Amino acid sequence: MSSQRDSSSVGIVVPQTAHFDEPLALTCGVDMANYDLVYETYGTLNADASNAILICHALSGHHHVAGRHHADEKYPGWWDTMIGPGKPIDTNHFFVVGVNNLGGCHGSTGPSSINPATGQPYGSSFPVVTVKDWVDSQARLSDRLGIHQWAAVVGGSLGGMQALMWTMSFPERIRHAVVIASAPKLSAQNIAFNDVARQAILTDPEFHNGDYYQHGVVPTRGLRLARMLGHITYLSDDGMGEKFGRMLRNEKFQYSFDVEFEIESYLRYQGDKFAGYFDANTYLLMTKALDYFDPARRYGEGNLTRALARAKASFLIASFDSDWRFSPDRSREIVKALVDNRHKVTYAEIESTHGHDAFLMDDPQYFAVMRHYMQRIYSEVA
Amino acid sequence: MADAETLNIRPEFKQIAEQITPGSRVLDLGCGDGSLMAFLQQERQVTGYGVDRDDANIVSCLEHGVHAIQSNLEAGLSMFESGTFDYVILSHTIQSMRDIEGILKEMVRVGKECIVSFPNFGFWENRWQILRGRMPVSDLIPYQWYDTPNIHFCTIKDFSRLCHELGFQALETRQLHEGEHVPFLPNLFASVAIYRFKGE
Repeated sequence: MSSQRDSSSVGIVVPQTAHFDEPLALTCGVDMANYDLVYETYGTLNADASNAILICHALSGHHHVAGRHHADEKYPGWWDTMIGPGKPIDTNHFFVVGVNNLGGCHGSTGPSSINPATGQPYGSSFPVVTVKDWVDSQARLSDRLGIHQWAAVVGGSLGGMQALMWTMSFPERIRHAVVIASAPKLSAQNIAFNDVARQAILTDPEFHNGDYYQHGVVPTRGLRLARMLGHITYLSDDGMGEKFGRMLRNEKFQYSFDVEFEIESYLRYQGDKFAGYFDANTYLLMTKALDYFDPARRYGEGNLTRALARAKASFLIASFDSDWRFSPDRSREIVKALVDNRHKVTYAEIESTHGHDAFLMDDPQYFAVMRHYMQRIYSEVA
Repeated sequence: MADAETLNIRPEFKQIAEQITPGSRVLDLGCGDGSLMAFLQQERQVTGYGVDRDDANIVSCLEHGVHAIQSNLEAGLSMFESGTFDYVILSHTIQSMRDIEGILKEMVRVGKECIVSFPNFGFWENRWQILRGRMPVSDLIPYQWYDTPNIHFCTIKDFSRLCHELGFQALETRQLHEGEHVPFLPNLFASVAIYRFKGE
C-alpha cells in the first residue's frame, strides 16, 4: 500500500496551517476576529504564480484532497483519482491547493475549535458561514500564498458553488471555473432534505444546543440519521438498485426490525462511520451554507444572468444524468446564464448511474473531459 | 468512417466561411468534433459555441479549442435567447434529425441568419444506386440502410420547398460537388447544398 512507489500519486503530504488575525466580516454580520485555515499543496508554483488551482470541497470534504499523510494511511485524499502526476489535474503542470473551509472540523477554525476569547469550544456561538465567506477567506489564503489569480477554481456540488462564487466575488482573480454537479441555488426539495437532516441533529438529546463538547457527549444518533438521509440523495435509484436491489442479509425474511436488506446495512454503516468522525455542528453549518447560496440574489437582483455579467472567467460546467440532487437541469441554468452573457463555456452532461456521487468517481468520459479542459488551461499558463 | 466524412465535408467549410462576416457570433448545431467551428474561429475570428450530444465530440471540441455545449438538438434551443447569434449553422446534421420543422423554426428564432448544409439525395450517383436497386452508399452518405443515423434525406428541391412553406427568406444557395459550384442542373449534379436564409 506504499504510495511512494506509485508514480501517479503526489505521495506523502503534510497539512499546513495559515493563521489570520485580520478580522473577516461574515455575511451574517459577525466579524471573525481571527481564524486558522488548514490546507495542503501539491506540485510547484511557477515563477509568475500563474499555474495555481484551488480545489473547493463539498459538504463533508476537507483539505486532504490527494496523497497520504503517512505511508500506512488507509485511504488517500478524497480526490486522489483526479489529482496527481499524470492525472487529469496534473501536479506536474499545476500547483494545487486544497483547503478546509471555515466552520469545518478538519483543522480550520470551526465550532469544535477553542474560541481564544473564552478558552471554550465555539459550539453554539460559532457564526453561520456562507459560500461568500468561504470565498473571501480563500482569497486571503491566496494572498498569503502569493497567488494573485487562480488558473482555475475547481469543485463539485457545494465545491462547485464556491468556484461559481469566485467568478462573481473576485472576477479578476480566477481564469477558469470548473463547476461540477452543482446548482445556482437550492430548490425547495433540496432545502427540505437539508432541514430534515438538521432536525435529526437538533432534536438529538445529546446535542445540548450545540454545546455538547462541554458535556462530553456527541449527538451521534442525529448525525447518523442526517448522513443516512443525505446518502440516499447522493445515489440514484438505478444505482442503488444495481448495487443492492432487494438483496437480503440472510436467506429468509426475519420479520423483525433488525437489518433485513443489504441497503439498510449499507446505510447504517455509512451513518455510523460518518458520525464517528464528523462534527455535528459543522454538518449543520455546511447545510445552511448550501441553503443560503444564491448568487443571483446577491449580485443580480434575483437574476442569474445579471449576476454572472460581472464574471470574466471561462467555464467548464459538468453534470451527471442520474444526479437528482443537483440534476443536469440545474447545471443548464448556469450554462444558459453564461451563454446569455457570451461567456466562454463548455458543458458536459455525463452518463452515469452513480447519481450525485458520480462527481467523485472515475468515469472515463468525465475524466477525459476534465483532462482535456485542464490541458487547455495549462496551454494558456505554461 | 468519420474521417472520410470529415474530409469530404471539409471543402464545404470554405464555402460556409465565405458567407460569414468576420467577428460574428456563431452557433454550430451538431458541431461534431468542432472542426468547422475551429475553422471559422481561425478564418473568420468568430466566437460562439458548438452544440453536440455525443460524448467523444465534446472531448474533441476541447482538443480543437471549441466551446461545446452537450445537448440533444431534438429538445430544442431553449438555452439560447432569440436573436442572440449572427449565424446559426446546421451542417450535415439535418438528415439525422426527427423534428426538422422544429429545429428550423428554432434556428430562425435564435439566429439573425441561418446556414444549413446537407447531402443532396437527388445527386445522380444516389439516383443511379437506387435505379440499380440499392440504397445509396457514398463518401457523403457512408452508412448502410440498416445502421444509418440518417432518417430524413431530402433533395435540393425538397428543401427549397420546405423553406418556402415555412416562410423563410432565402439569402443564398450554393450547390456544390467536391467543393466546386454546380451551375447546371444542380439537383442532379450537386452532391451537397448550402442554404443561407432568415426568418420572416
